[in-house]
Amino acid sequence: MTQAMLLAALILPGVLLGASVASEQTPADLQTRSLAATCAACHGTDGNAAAASATPRLRGLDKDTLVREMREFRAGSRPATVMQQIATGFTDEQIDRLAEYFASPK
Amino acid sequence: MNRRRLVQSLVLGSAAASVAACLGQRTRPSAAKVVVVGGGYGGATAAKYLRLFSNDAIEVILIEPAPQFISAPLSNLVVGGYLQLADLTVSYEGLRRRHGVTLVHDRVTSIDAVGKSVSLGAGGSIRYDKLVLAPGIDPMFDAIEGLEHAHAQGRILPAWSAGRETTALHAQLAAMPDGGVFAIAIPEAPYRCPPGPYERASLAAAFLMQHKPKSKVLVLDANQDVVAMTGLFKAAWQELYGNILEYRNHCKAISVDGAAGVVRFEVADDVTADVLNVMPPVRAGALALQTGLANVNARWCEVDFLSFESKVAKEIHILGDAIQAAPQMPKSGHMANGHAKVAAAAIVAELQGWQLDPAPMLTNTCYSYVSGQEVIHSAAVYDYRAEQSTFRPVAGAGGVSPRRSEQEAKFARAWAQNIWADMLG
Repeated sequence: MTQAMLLAALILPGVLLGASVASEQTPADLQTRSLAATCAACHGTDGNAAAASATPRLRGLDKDTLVREMREFRAGSRPATVMQQIATGFTDEQIDRLAEYFASPK
Repeated sequence: MNRRRLVQSLVLGSAAASVAACLGQRTRPSAAKVVVVGGGYGGATAAKYLRLFSNDAIEVILIEPAPQFISAPLSNLVVGGYLQLADLTVSYEGLRRRHGVTLVHDRVTSIDAVGKSVSLGAGGSIRYDKLVLAPGIDPMFDAIEGLEHAHAQGRILPAWSAGRETTALHAQLAAMPDGGVFAIAIPEAPYRCPPGPYERASLAAAFLMQHKPKSKVLVLDANQDVVAMTGLFKAAWQELYGNILEYRNHCKAISVDGAAGVVRFEVADDVTADVLNVMPPVRAGALALQTGLANVNARWCEVDFLSFESKVAKEIHILGDAIQAAPQMPKSGHMANGHAKVAAAAIVAELQGWQLDPAPMLTNTCYSYVSGQEVIHSAAVYDYRAEQSTFRPVAGAGGVSPRRSEQEAKFARAWAQNIWADMLG
């Protein structure tokens, strides 16, 4: 929320919760954030894993790389302990949305 | 410029388009206020993600009596002497400082679901537009005769939650004579953390093998078999602790004598032990029961899985171990973290007047230590099935480790580090 919106929300309650959220995201954005949040327990909020984490950071990964790796996990051609079992649970369309989300700067 | 004109110019300037868009939608009487009760894996995650997903537009108040978060996952490493409680302890301050969550360290004594407010132990009450209830579990001491008394005397410690009991249970093990018996009694599923008791038995065995090798671990299970990662646990026990760990199924504890160190079962023979870790059945936390939200067997709370809203009370969303889980969904910290995000997104959408996400997803990974160094896991992915109104495991996804490994211990620690930051950082 911008400072202006915060001020407006404080002083003119009534309309502005809706306005402040709507102005910054669409229903589809929220659904993608929620989808990406299923990765966060192991890979950090918004893909920002802890510095020394054995599980990799996803934020900032190139989109094509993440899509390719997820498909390799699904195919079983990329070695993993957990990720073959997790990647298999997601569709191509979901993997595309995830990869696009994590590739965006944040 | 006076304040009104300033505000008007701000609104008309930077936000005119969105205000216009919004006027056609539902409006709220004021900036929405969500009260989150309980600061565990579910509640703390909900508090943070309500702020994140609403771009800080929702006011969030987290009410939790404990001054700091202590993780139950990994706490069996404290029982086994590999970690200290401090290693599992995280401050709540990040939620306040980094995300603007208001922290109230107090106990909620009652919920007024009609008047939409919660009463605090210290007096006073807080109104809410929506309530997120993450009450955790309470042991059902009355299910095992004599247990409440033995527990009050400090003789038998279920240690369902991480804290003083966890440390005290390790102290009991450490004080046990070499050649003594440690017995763990496991209730019928469902209970919190399906692999937890078996992990605890493994780490107790590891500790005793190293420090008191003439001792014995008895795993007394009310279930017909190990309920999680069965083959992996049994292989580890046979290969690592063959001489000291014994597993017995169909052992449903019905009474204990804390002073004599005896546990009695419905069918199986009595067991006498130096340290008795009798884990009674559990149910949703008392606050859920007293509010009338535990509508399944007076134990669990039924929710709508698109929003985690209670089936019996509007505007109350319930998370974590307290809910009547979807099929094959374990009561785990990881699941509670996932519940919280689905609920937070649903609350934001609802306050916005949007339709709820029709296809939310959940993931789960449970890591279990079978020794101080080696770990196994169970993983699953769940998608929402509209025709069944519930989550189901995605076919073909999920599974367990092929074998125990030190590599997975690194992932287990990374999981803890990242999920604690995801909740609290």
